[in-house]
Amino acid sequence: MSDKKKTTIVLFSGDYDKAMAAYIIANGAAAYDHEVTIFHTFWGLNALRKEEQVPVQKGFLEKMFAKMMPRGADKMGLSKMNFAGMGPKMIKKVMKKHQAMPFPQLAEMAQEQDVKLIACTMTMDLLGLKKDELIEDIDYAGVAAYIGDAEEGNINLFI
Amino acid sequence: MNAAKVLDVKGLACPMPIVKTKKAMQELESGDILEVQATDQGAKSDLTAWTKSGGHELMQETEENGVLTFWIKKE
Repeated sequence: MSDKKKTTIVLFSGDYDKAMAAYIIANGAAAYDHEVTIFHTFWGLNALRKEEQVPVQKGFLEKMFAKMMPRGADKMGLSKMNFAGMGPKMIKKVMKKHQAMPFPQLAEMAQEQDVKLIACTMTMDLLGLKKDELIEDIDYAGVAAYIGDAEEGNINLFI
Repeated sequence: MNAAKVLDVKGLACPMPIVKTKKAMQELESGDILEVQATDQGAKSDLTAWTKSGGHELMQETEENGVLTFWIKKE
């Protein structure tokens, strides 16, 4: 077992701002040389979706879900002041001005820093998401794998 | 102070200063000094905490015209 410290984050939310916060903390922890895990469940799974539509076999409800949910964090709304989609546009403008990293780059940096991205398979089934629809180089697991990481963890967050 | 490397993260926002500092530090040898220039006001607390946690030594820090400069000696 490694003697590295561990940070584990549960990303439950499907809001742009919350996903951003989770990935900023993950990148910060990785810079502290922690082993970092982000466990994506429920709406947080959308952060792992590919931007493009992927043809997969789905039932009616699953198709509806797929249509209504954002493909990737960059398409998510804000948890506050979403203003029917204007909010994200405004915040991205402000982020640019302050040279804050937009989500796609934060995600790229997280993978570069070996942050372990996990998709919760049970909620993937609930939301009808298939592996082909999610980005490459991620792990698939359930609560036990998450607890396995978190029980040795030094920082544990639910976002 | 003789810095082995100068890292310019001026204008960059959290978490970039700390992520880039970590990367730059990896390329240095023990005892080398890294000079970091930042404008993110949070960098003051961030770099101080990061340096301490990593066992490195913050030799000196200055602030001039809004630019924070840190000299960090690698453990």
